[in-house]
Amino acid sequence: MSDSHHEESFWRKYIFSTDHKVIGIQYGITALLFLFLGFSLMMVMRWQLAYPDTAVPIVGSLVKWLADLNGFASDGNLPADLYNVFGAMHGTIMIFLGVVPIIVGAFGNYLVPLQIGAPDMAFPKLNMASYWVYFVGGVVMLVSFFLPGGAANSGWTAYPPLSDIATTGQTYWLIGMVFLITSSLLGSMNIIVTIVQLRAEGMTWMRLPFFVWSQLVTSFLLVLAFPPLEAAGIFQLMDRVFGTSFFLPSGLVIGGEILKVSGGGSPLLWQHLFWFLAHPEVYVLILPGMGILAEVIANNTRKPIWGYKSLVYSATFLGFMSFLVWAHHMFLTGMGQGMSVFFQTTTMIISVPSVIILTCFMLSLWGGSIRFTTPMLFALGWMPMFGIGGLTGLPLGLSTPDIHLHDTYYVIGHFHYVVAPGTIFAIFAGIYYWFPKMTGKMLNETLGKVHFYFSFIFMNGLFWPMLIQGLGGVSRRLSDGGASYAHAQEFLHWNVVMSYSAWLLAVAQIPFIYNLIKTLLADKSPNPDPNPWNATTVEWTDTTSPPLGHGNFEKTPVVHRGPYEYSVPGESTDFTPQTQN
Amino acid sequence: MEIPYNVELREDTGLYNSKLGIWLFLASEIMLFGGLFSAYILLRTGAPVWPPIGEHGSIIHLLKDTIPHATFNTVILILSSVTMVMAWVALKQKNLGKYKMYLGTTIVCALIFLVVKYFEYSHKIHEGFVPAHDTYMALYFTLTGLHGLHIVGGIVVLAYLWGPGISMWNSEPERFTNRIEVAGLYWHFVDLVWIFLFPILYLLN
Repeated sequence: MSDSHHEESFWRKYIFSTDHKVIGIQYGITALLFLFLGFSLMMVMRWQLAYPDTAVPIVGSLVKWLADLNGFASDGNLPADLYNVFGAMHGTIMIFLGVVPIIVGAFGNYLVPLQIGAPDMAFPKLNMASYWVYFVGGVVMLVSFFLPGGAANSGWTAYPPLSDIATTGQTYWLIGMVFLITSSLLGSMNIIVTIVQLRAEGMTWMRLPFFVWSQLVTSFLLVLAFPPLEAAGIFQLMDRVFGTSFFLPSGLVIGGEILKVSGGGSPLLWQHLFWFLAHPEVYVLILPGMGILAEVIANNTRKPIWGYKSLVYSATFLGFMSFLVWAHHMFLTGMGQGMSVFFQTTTMIISVPSVIILTCFMLSLWGGSIRFTTPMLFALGWMPMFGIGGLTGLPLGLSTPDIHLHDTYYVIGHFHYVVAPGTIFAIFAGIYYWFPKMTGKMLNETLGKVHFYFSFIFMNGLFWPMLIQGLGGVSRRLSDGGASYAHAQEFLHWNVVMSYSAWLLAVAQIPFIYNLIKTLLADKSPNPDPNPWNATTVEWTDTTSPPLGHGNFEKTPVVHRGPYEYSVPGESTDFTPQTQN
Repeated sequence: MEIPYNVELREDTGLYNSKLGIWLFLASEIMLFGGLFSAYILLRTGAPVWPPIGEHGSIIHLLKDTIPHATFNTVILILSSVTMVMAWVALKQKNLGKYKMYLGTTIVCALIFLVVKYFEYSHKIHEGFVPAHDTYMALYFTLTGLHGLHIVGGIVVLAYLWGPGISMWNSEPERFTNRIEVAGLYWHFVDLVWIFLFPILYLLN
């Protein structure tokens, strides 16, 4: 199959490729770089929070250079205006340019066709287009850092009226978002059509690996939830470019003067449209992570995942319910008690399937002969961390305690527990697990374990104090970390703890980066094992030695059984491939 | 490497790939216009008078004059949808001449729609009713503007299928017929959006 591709030029093969595996890796590399950028912004912010208004060490001159370019005064410290920029762009980059592209764009693209036994995605050219549209969106976001006034500075939620009157960076943000939304739409439609249409013979719905199910539900969320944000983005662009008043109420006073616009708009309209996307987005972040976990856990416990059908039904129900909870972000907007009651009820309901999924994973450990490999360690670390993230969300979902907790560091702690150790641990597990499939080389286990243990410790050191600060009433988005607020004084020392944890967390990533580079540069064995983990799913059992050619399979697989048939009594090995008759 | 079910139907789903693809795309379009329409509802219910009174008064009188234009445009778009189906039927009957005629009519109708729209826009802007005038005008220009962009996108695709794209008819006639069906589904959707825009923007004031 690979014979006919010898003549492909470098550009066709690696840059403008239509092979889902190459596109997946392109997504992966780009998204990892963006994750690093988003993390770097945060490390500078953490200096400002721990030691307000002092010069940032090491990168101080860079910060001063950027501040001068944006027109902010800086002596090497992070001025408040630039802090706002970094805060808004940290969120935007991490979510829309980092995590979603890596977990859907990279993992979904690379693995879905392989796991269902398809030669490629259903629309290979569209697939290439979705990567390049994402790339352009990323470039627009990066360019906005160098504008006068800096990049977007109204938070990743871009609430009007503030965002309507913000500096030019916000316009770039909106244009960038339109590109990113378009890319997600193209990519997710492609994934759905691939799963529905290109499953190999015998790959029935209940034989799909849970990872494929999670990608299917996620893609539906992206297809249906992103367009309302696109609508909102278009409205905000109209407000900013053509002077309309979609989000500007009548008689808005700014700087002591009434703003000269027609008025009649509604700031709440933005919040409804925004959260209609952004709540399902949370499940876009976590569901594929859960999919990765199911694969890793089944493989490393050497037994079937507990409650496969419960997982599938829970994920589907979760996807459906996620469209009915958005206004729990808006309890304090004065939208009325009836609305609050409805949305807090749906929020309590949606926690049920999440708990079922977590429970299934924990019960899967019972009686298994667990292999403590690096991917499994990340999976095991994920469980309590996601548990903390989920449980700390309950008080926020109830409208009464939310009065105290709204917009405090507690919220930040809660969603970082879900997204950082939640999704990012799943991403690490996935990278360590599928790296041999992508390259034919195993990552070093010792370095992997060092990476895991230190990441685990410092993530907790970084996010746990946020919960404490938040319960004490320290607000989010304060550029001095609360130093000028009386009630925050007794919580200020936690800022130092969190900041050191953040920087040490960065140090803990060095073994990972070193591991990646060292393994990539190392010589490949001439005939790497296509199935080093002794797994059951099609991408391991029916492919040739990596790297795989365009078209994936030499012989189209035929599936005969479910995805997790480990330790089947009477079989000669402890794994029974899906394609074994 | 061939992607399966590009042309033939998959047995258990009864679909070819791009047909499912276009339906998913239309689902996302429904959510996009759903967001736009819900903004209309929210802003209108929150307004003391509708259309709101701005610097140049209310658009209401000017709007009455444009109802005939918009009605004409509605008829033109429905006609274009009918000829779109006829073009597909013509391909099913393997009659390329008829196909070119019907698809050509669809494209001409779409162009007429845009010309009428242009005169409507310039008249309103000339009288000072720009998007920033009031929230009705903002909604009017955003909603019809986005719909207009969808028309332009449709024209580009249909013109390609009428002109250079037709070479596929000789190599893969079935796949080409599927393309017309898929393009037609999109075109009917664009038509349908107008069927909603026409009453809420022109009649219900």
